[in-house]
Amino acid sequence: MAMLPVSGPTTAPPAGLPDQALPVPAAGRRGQSWSRLFRAVRSNRKATVGTALLIIFILLALFPGVIAHDSPTATIYPRSLGPSTAHLLGTTALGQDIFAQAVYGTQQVLIIAFGVGLFSTGVAVLIGVAAAYLGGAWDGVLNLITDVLLVIPLFPLLIVIATYVQNAGTAVLVVVLTLTGWSYTARQLRAQALSLRKRDFLEAARVRGERRMYIVVVEIIPTMTSLIVASFLTNALYAVLFGSSLQFIGLGDPNSVSWGTMLYWAENNEALQTGQYLWAIVPGALIALLGAAFALLNYAFDEIGNPALRPVRRIRVKRAG
Amino acid sequence: MTSTSEPSANGTALLRTDKLTRHFRIGNALSQQTLHAVDEVSLTIGEREIVALAGESGSGKSTIARLLAKIYKPTSGETYFQGKPLSGFKSRKDRLRYSGLAPMVFQDPFASINPVFRVSHGVLRGLKLHRPELSRDERYAEAQRVFEVVGLTPADEVLQRFPHELSGGQRQRVGFAQALAMRPKLILADEPVSMLDVSIRVGLLNMMAELRDSQGVSILYITHDLASARYVADRLIVMYAGRVAESGPAEEVLANPRHPYTQLLLSAAPDPRAPLGVGAETDRGEPPKVINPTPGCRFRWRCPLAIDKCHQVTPELSQMTPGHQAACHVAEEGAEVKAFG
Amino acid sequence: MSSVPAKQEPAEDTAGAPPGSMLDVTDLSVTYAADRGPVVAVDQVSLQVDPGEFLGIVGESGCGKSTLLFAIAQLLAPPAAITGGQVSFKGRSMVGLTDRQLAAVRWKDLSVVMQSAMNALNPVRPIRAQFADAMRAHGVRSKTEIADRSAEVLRMVGIDPTHLRSYPHQLSGGMRQRAMIAMAMLFTPDLVIMDEPTSALDVVAQRSLMVQIKELQQQLHFAVIFVTHDMSLISHFSDRLMVMYAGQVAEFGATRELFNRALHPYTVGLMDAFPSIRGPRRELTGIPGSPPNLAAPPPGCRFEPRCPKAMERCAATQPELYQVDETLVRCLLHEDGTAEEKTA
Repeated sequence: MAMLPVSGPTTAPPAGLPDQALPVPAAGRRGQSWSRLFRAVRSNRKATVGTALLIIFILLALFPGVIAHDSPTATIYPRSLGPSTAHLLGTTALGQDIFAQAVYGTQQVLIIAFGVGLFSTGVAVLIGVAAAYLGGAWDGVLNLITDVLLVIPLFPLLIVIATYVQNAGTAVLVVVLTLTGWSYTARQLRAQALSLRKRDFLEAARVRGERRMYIVVVEIIPTMTSLIVASFLTNALYAVLFGSSLQFIGLGDPNSVSWGTMLYWAENNEALQTGQYLWAIVPGALIALLGAAFALLNYAFDEIGNPALRPVRRIRVKRAG
Repeated sequence: MTSTSEPSANGTALLRTDKLTRHFRIGNALSQQTLHAVDEVSLTIGEREIVALAGESGSGKSTIARLLAKIYKPTSGETYFQGKPLSGFKSRKDRLRYSGLAPMVFQDPFASINPVFRVSHGVLRGLKLHRPELSRDERYAEAQRVFEVVGLTPADEVLQRFPHELSGGQRQRVGFAQALAMRPKLILADEPVSMLDVSIRVGLLNMMAELRDSQGVSILYITHDLASARYVADRLIVMYAGRVAESGPAEEVLANPRHPYTQLLLSAAPDPRAPLGVGAETDRGEPPKVINPTPGCRFRWRCPLAIDKCHQVTPELSQMTPGHQAACHVAEEGAEVKAFG
Repeated sequence: MSSVPAKQEPAEDTAGAPPGSMLDVTDLSVTYAADRGPVVAVDQVSLQVDPGEFLGIVGESGCGKSTLLFAIAQLLAPPAAITGGQVSFKGRSMVGLTDRQLAAVRWKDLSVVMQSAMNALNPVRPIRAQFADAMRAHGVRSKTEIADRSAEVLRMVGIDPTHLRSYPHQLSGGMRQRAMIAMAMLFTPDLVIMDEPTSALDVVAQRSLMVQIKELQQQLHFAVIFVTHDMSLISHFSDRLMVMYAGQVAEFGATRELFNRALHPYTVGLMDAFPSIRGPRRELTGIPGSPPNLAAPPPGCRFEPRCPKAMERCAATQPELYQVDETLVRCLLHEDGTAEEKTA
């Protein structure tokens, strides 16, 4: 199951004569994968929206100073102001500029999201696919570990770990979230790898004399790119939501700049009850938006990788009379 | 279409199996049963010959291919390749060498090539593993050469394609090219044309005969289609329910089938050029799954000629005419018998 | 792509249908809405089936035969849709009928046998439950009637009625296919459409299933449309044979006529591609090349790139269906309606 869309009906290649000589497709062969991906993103609405959102957030994280001119941590501004030209989203009860906080906060959230996404997925792929392909005792042991982690209730576990660590900075959050998050996608990857195990091209590789690890890494994993990308997006989404939740209940580092910590301070100062709506709503909305971006991309890649899931086109039939 | 080779004497056969057997355990903890997929199959394949292994589902032909490719280990019996027993190939080096000498080509053109890589991937990997003495450029040149031999031209251009850009027939040719790159003595072809359109099959069958003639490769051609076996094979082995029913030169077996099952297969094979009486005798049975069998011929339930002995003693292969053997008590008696058709 | 006339009121006979024909398909076209643009999978195919007739439709992968079958049975789903032509069954137009109206016709007058019984039969319910479902859907309530009829149709196809209690996986492949055919016989329809029901079977089971179908047909007088890729198999059983290529009808005529004197080079090539099991051995060549990409069909004859007898104008001119005696052939070689080939 390649991630990239198939170029045409699988049984009829471009016509050519005779059986052997087929015309070379117009697009250059190297750039073909990227241009295909670009086209796929453009044609799928979910992908376009999700990508656009993600790009905006990435830009915010990379160049925060360009967009927000105030410092996010300075508490020098007048407190609890509403939105104005000087402070686009107002200020907090502690005298900070909300807009600046929101923009600078993007950095930490994205680091957590991508960090957890990458590491979780990495571990999930290794364990899930190895379990499926190696089988036997290996499968049993790895499965046991995966299942135990799956069964333990997630949020209480996170709380226990985070409380133990206290004032969890970004790195600690990433580690904690990775350790608790990999098991879910490992299960899915194992299931898919199991279904691929009997495929002829894997038997062909075995008969050719390839070693088992080679087959797992080179032959199996690339055919699972769809699911691996989906796992990454799932894990990133999970990280955004649960990471912010941990910070919200005070287990993160309250002095760091992040949407979750904004929510923490807003809650502590009873922002909603005292009419400082923006302080609470802004970080919440941003979390939701980033989460939506990952979710949309997840659906989009599902559709791109598996044409059966795409919205079905209908032919318009002209009927006279 | 055939070459004039005869089954080789034991000492010089390229591949020889001796009572090769493979059982599978099926069922759960409460009721263990044994599925006899292959029982005591002794066959030979000589140099430069195409041997067709024909049978219906459950005959064991695919299991034999996998036993010969060392995907399965035999329950009992032995296979000798160039005189040496396969069970002796224990080290990685030995197994690698054998997989290069006896590679396998698979049935499904859509599943047997990794869709993510260009079609050059499999060939180049095979070359890297089996012919490490070649440099990178030499490997590529060799890949081009084998692609040309199987008729995929211009080789340079086809090598760069992805599998979904090739038709089913072309993909099967890629499978053969991958096998050829390892300079094999014997190609194990598991129903290589069954999933292709009819008009494409002939092209591949012709290619297989060409490989035998120009590359000196033997081919074990596994099929359920007797007509294609007749077209391309020098010798024919008919299997039923895990045992060999009949074997001999392809033309001879099909012209004078001695085993009632072979006669049944022949009568059921459609031939548009011959008129067919619709009322012709039809057998409703299907090949059995052989689970915990009792002694006796496995075809006895469907055989109109079955005698008492058939229910008690499992028939062994015996000579009918030189080179032509059949495992049938009734045929043994000497008289030519007609059960079907 | 012609536009379809407005939904007709069900009438007993439509003007233009030859008297006696039960199924009349006129210029049927089916288009798929694919990513790269519409693909015409079936291009203006016409056929008639008389009561009790056995019509075979033969072609290789991608020729549109299965799509045609689904279109006739009104089983197409988006992204495929009928974009032209008419399907008339027993005088009534089928295209544009609602599901309710179709339900009245389905199974009682027209039934369908699919390619793989394992896909069509529910694996978690016994056979008798599926037969009962079908009968209840058409208003049969009495349990005894259901049981009796189920046993009767199973006997008709040579299965012991005790297998009513079996689950599909407990039956062999051949028996499952027979059960499918029995199910299609429940209401003794006038037309049974079959989509490659024998391809998953071994050669002996295939042959006995075909013989069974033919016997049933002679007994119960229903018409059959049988789609397959195996020309040699169908040759012994069909009255008329239609050869399809790239979504179009290539040749259409009496089966024996086609085999004795095939006119279209594709038909000739196809028949030549079957190695024979008896008779002299000779080298065959098959048909080199592949079918055209239907998203961008060639401007002229679709078979021209692979045709050993192609003339110069074949690449530019689209051949119509020409009549040669009782056979229709889409080939410029027979443009003037004779069996002799034109030379230019």
